[in-house]
Amino acid sequence: MAQYLETDVLIIGAGGAGMYAAIAAAEAGVRVLLLDKSLIGRSGATVMAQMTVAAAIGEEEPDDWRFHLKDTIAAGRGLVNEPLARILCETGPERIWQMEAWGVGWARKGNHIAQAHAPGHDRKRCVYVDFLNTGPASSRILRNQVRRRDTIRRISDLIVTDLVLQDGRAGGAVALHLESGQPVTIAARATVIATGGLTSMYDRNSASANMGGDGFALGLRAGAELIDMEFVQFFPIGHLAPRLIGMDPIMWDPFRYKLGGRLLNGNRQEFTHNYGAPEDGRYVVTRDAATYAIVREVAAGRGSPHGGAWLSFEHIADEDLRAAFGPVIDRLADAGIDLTKRAIEVYPIAHYHMGGLRVDDRLATTVANLFAAGEAVGGANGANRLSGNAITEAFVFGELAGRSAAAIADSGATPDIREAAGPYLAEIEGARGRTGPGPSPTAAIATLRTLLQQDVGPFRTAAGLTRAMDGIAELAALLPEMPTGASAAFNQQLADWFGLRNMLLVAKSIATAALARTESRGAHQREDFPGLDEAWTHNQVIRLAGDEIQLSRGDVRRLAPKALAL
Amino acid sequence: MSEQRSTNLKIRRGGPEGPAQYEHFNFAFEDGQSVLDALRWIRGNRDASLAVRYSCINANACKECVMRIDGRTGYACTTPLRPGEMLLEPLPNKRLIRDLVTDTLPPDERLIVP
Repeated sequence: MAQYLETDVLIIGAGGAGMYAAIAAAEAGVRVLLLDKSLIGRSGATVMAQMTVAAAIGEEEPDDWRFHLKDTIAAGRGLVNEPLARILCETGPERIWQMEAWGVGWARKGNHIAQAHAPGHDRKRCVYVDFLNTGPASSRILRNQVRRRDTIRRISDLIVTDLVLQDGRAGGAVALHLESGQPVTIAARATVIATGGLTSMYDRNSASANMGGDGFALGLRAGAELIDMEFVQFFPIGHLAPRLIGMDPIMWDPFRYKLGGRLLNGNRQEFTHNYGAPEDGRYVVTRDAATYAIVREVAAGRGSPHGGAWLSFEHIADEDLRAAFGPVIDRLADAGIDLTKRAIEVYPIAHYHMGGLRVDDRLATTVANLFAAGEAVGGANGANRLSGNAITEAFVFGELAGRSAAAIADSGATPDIREAAGPYLAEIEGARGRTGPGPSPTAAIATLRTLLQQDVGPFRTAAGLTRAMDGIAELAALLPEMPTGASAAFNQQLADWFGLRNMLLVAKSIATAALARTESRGAHQREDFPGLDEAWTHNQVIRLAGDEIQLSRGDVRRLAPKALAL
Repeated sequence: MSEQRSTNLKIRRGGPEGPAQYEHFNFAFEDGQSVLDALRWIRGNRDASLAVRYSCINANACKECVMRIDGRTGYACTTPLRPGEMLLEPLPNKRLIRDLVTDTLPPDERLIVP
């Protein structure tokens, strides 16, 4: 008999967005159950972010949220859900000041908060916590705020396997308790998906192991719609080798721009000019051009030893390196990396997902009483996310989703989902304890990652995407028989089975949308359809009908031009 | 620079019941690779049933992979591999759950299992 828990608002995922949602819902006076498949406030993307947070607080120079919105819309290449982006930009400053009041300690310059000028922004807009401590500091503050509210119950190591509907509404979830192996039913008046993105589905990524797209699959199976799934953002010069622990793998970018780091192929020659993007000693090759050049050069057999490109600062004077890198130079030295003597290897890595659950302006999904928060939300960043918007989105959408869910949960009774939960509990029972031959789900996840990196990565073709669809189908056919191990306690193999089940559905969603979009736009680059096609200025929407993925078109939501006028 | 060397990991397996059992795994590594890299490789390629906590993998942000390494408490993600035998055990002062996993959760973040 599964344990049965009840709450007003269930929040799945306790990263930046989930914790902010929990705080907002508790502030609105309802009971909250905040879950994580790992540890509360220590998994997900926010805790790992070392860079900056964009918000028009105007501390460094005069600013207005409309300028931030203009930049966000421009970066999104015609597909930004403008009302959602407006919420992001207009409410961002409130959240930054709230975090400041809670003691996050945004870096200061003199008597004001420091703001950096990140790529794609028209002015200095991005706040941060020194030194490379933005995400850890934010997570710590949110953990403290969550902990001091006794109407928030926290449970770690609880893996939601399915959402449960009652009378056509989200009524909670069924979960697997990792430590004991026990199934758990959770009845809730409203549910918030705050599971982050999907970048750990790729071989090379900047994600924690938890970012496997769970929330997208949970939503799809419960009847929710996804949007923009083809837009996975790759970061061109992610760290590849040598092994480097404790540093954000996207850290090299600002240093390359600042100092003029050279991109070299395996023969130690400059190569980006062969792909129409000469470095010319100025090192201003754009991100998409750098990504393309590196991927092609490696494919041509001229990669660095680990299959990437060299990034060299060897020509920069020691004192200039020290001035630019600050304390980072010592952390690199601790890892045995002396930039004056050696180059490092880089490769495009999956970094962020623009797509996600389709929501309205309260962050309600297309299923009643089901909300989304943070990176799990689709649409606000269109085809390409502006740098600095991800943490802002975690804060802003977390707070809004928590408030919206609390408003629904404030009235009515908690649904009785004992009966509706039955089939999902049976699914956990059916999946556990399977032994025998066949690839373990753990190994199959590695296979899927390689396949997605290869054919559903930064550059795509019809042939590659079709090959990926076949590979996904092959793994899906093996899934029902994959061994899940005999252990009850802390059975990660069983957890991996449920993770893989989600990943396969999400991978199919990405590949389906990517195959249909016969143009190149933002993060979706088709080698067989180069260039943006105006006729494709619409979103693609995905829903599940039985086991089939249905793809349809949706109009991009726009604001009236006067909303942008100052 | 990327010279391959080999380590032999001696890992404490099993739950709280019964005598301690140890299992050996060989892993060829490059300079800079961590104990966690080897444990993840074992899960993917040798034995998916090996229980070991981790989530952030790279950042030493989640602090989940704390264990005994050669008799000292440390993080698997920040401990470099070295040639020869390395002994990996669960924390001795925490309740053992299975293999390298102990109960490291804050008390108010646990599900109480009846």
